[in-house]
Amino acid sequence: MADKIRETVMAISRPAPGEAGRTGDWRSYTPVIDHEKCTGKDSCLYCWLYCPDGVISREFPLEIDLEYCKGCGVCAEECPRKAITMVE
Amino acid sequence: MATRAARDLPTEEFILPGSRSCAACGLMLTYRHALKALDPGKTLVAVPASCMTVLHGVYPITPVKVTCINTPFAATAASASGLVAGLKAIKREDYTVVAFAGDGGTYDIGIQALSGALERGTNFMYVCYDNEGYMNTGTQRSSASPAAAVTSTTPILAKAQHKKDMIRIVEAHRIPYIATASPSFPLDLFDKVKTAKDIRGSRYLEVLAPCPPGWGFPNKDLIKMGKLTVECGIHVLYEIREGRLRLTSRSLVLAEKGRKKTIADYVKGQTRFKKISKDQIDALQQWTDQRWEEFLQRHNRG
Ligand SMILES: Cc1ncc(C[n+]2csc(CCOP(=O)(O)OP(=O)(O)O)c2C)c(N)n1
Ligand code: SF4
Ligand code: SF4
Ligand code: SF4
Repeated sequence: MADKIRETVMAISRPAPGEAGRTGDWRSYTPVIDHEKCTGKDSCLYCWLYCPDGVISREFPLEIDLEYCKGCGVCAEECPRKAITMVE
Repeated sequence: MATRAARDLPTEEFILPGSRSCAACGLMLTYRHALKALDPGKTLVAVPASCMTVLHGVYPITPVKVTCINTPFAATAASASGLVAGLKAIKREDYTVVAFAGDGGTYDIGIQALSGALERGTNFMYVCYDNEGYMNTGTQRSSASPAAAVTSTTPILAKAQHKKDMIRIVEAHRIPYIATASPSFPLDLFDKVKTAKDIRGSRYLEVLAPCPPGWGFPNKDLIKMGKLTVECGIHVLYEIREGRLRLTSRSLVLAEKGRKKTIADYVKGQTRFKKISKDQIDALQQWTDQRWEEFLQRHNRG
């Protein structure tokens, strides 16, 4: 009797950035940080905390990954020092 | 100890940028902080058809650095139970199994599998991210949609029924830990996921996750909308341990200082409530006040 062939086939995805492409292309407005208003000293990191996509750096001076930032405007809205503006 | 500041959260991100979720997605922010509270290297996630599947990406790429299995719509908690049993069989019980499902996949379609898993006391965590509708397929009504909301299946008269009280159904299973959370209060959310992670048995979390396209509010207002859900009292932040309810975070402050925001304040910034009448606002206010009183009483009883 022929041996049974037992084979399991699974589709497994691997992690990589840009799964949906360069989501920065979705943007109509771009967040721009004024580093004079947010110097890093006792800064609150609310922008980092609330960015749904996690594209703002934790280190100062803060940097936004514009390749993927979707331009939602949450960071600008939540910054208590008005250090982020959305520019067309 | 409660986490007090953003800088106290883990720096590592477990969702790589460039995901498929909408801009300003409340689920995305919820998942981002929930994964920080888990130990993603030692976590298995079970996800049914939903916006969460979309977030997890299309084969062969995923933005999420955690092992996930995609389950049939009705089977989330059953699949999670299977993972728990499998891990036990291969003696890898140091892993945490977490099911993440939408309100459609929890309140409606997955409720049987969920009840089964909770009744068996399955050692897992179930997180319902509640965006109050079947959002992935185009904003259909679910039993979690609020009364008076226009959805694509209640387009003319808006939804007639109030939201189902899902937590009471979950509570009837007498599981060790139940909590509610909001992505607008990420530190509270983080602490609750962390607490749930370290408890054995079934744990249930429900997160009200605002959805800009489904609810009809501007993207930039994501955080403000989530805060408003708590401040008007339609969403209450608490945890229930061994049957004892304790208000937390902003809801605890409101219990001490009183609520100022009303349902009228809440509904006016959302197009899904564009057809709401004065009577419907009053009814929703009354429903909210009654629940709030019940929570206050339970909280004060200790
Ligand atoms: C058995 C079955 N019925 C219907 C569908 C189609 N479907 C896929 S996602 C979805 C909506 C899910 O809604 P919910 O669970 O609330 O999650 P959300 O999309 O809001 O994140 C539906 C109806 C399906 N995949 N399987
Ligand atoms: S929210 Fe504003 S002030 Fe706070 S860290 Fe970000 S840019 Fe700086
Ligand atoms: S605009 Fe939105 S996606 Fe871009 S950095 Fe700000 S919060 Fe993040
Ligand atoms: S429809 Fe709503 S829940 Fe779904 S990805 Fe978009 S914002 Fe998120």
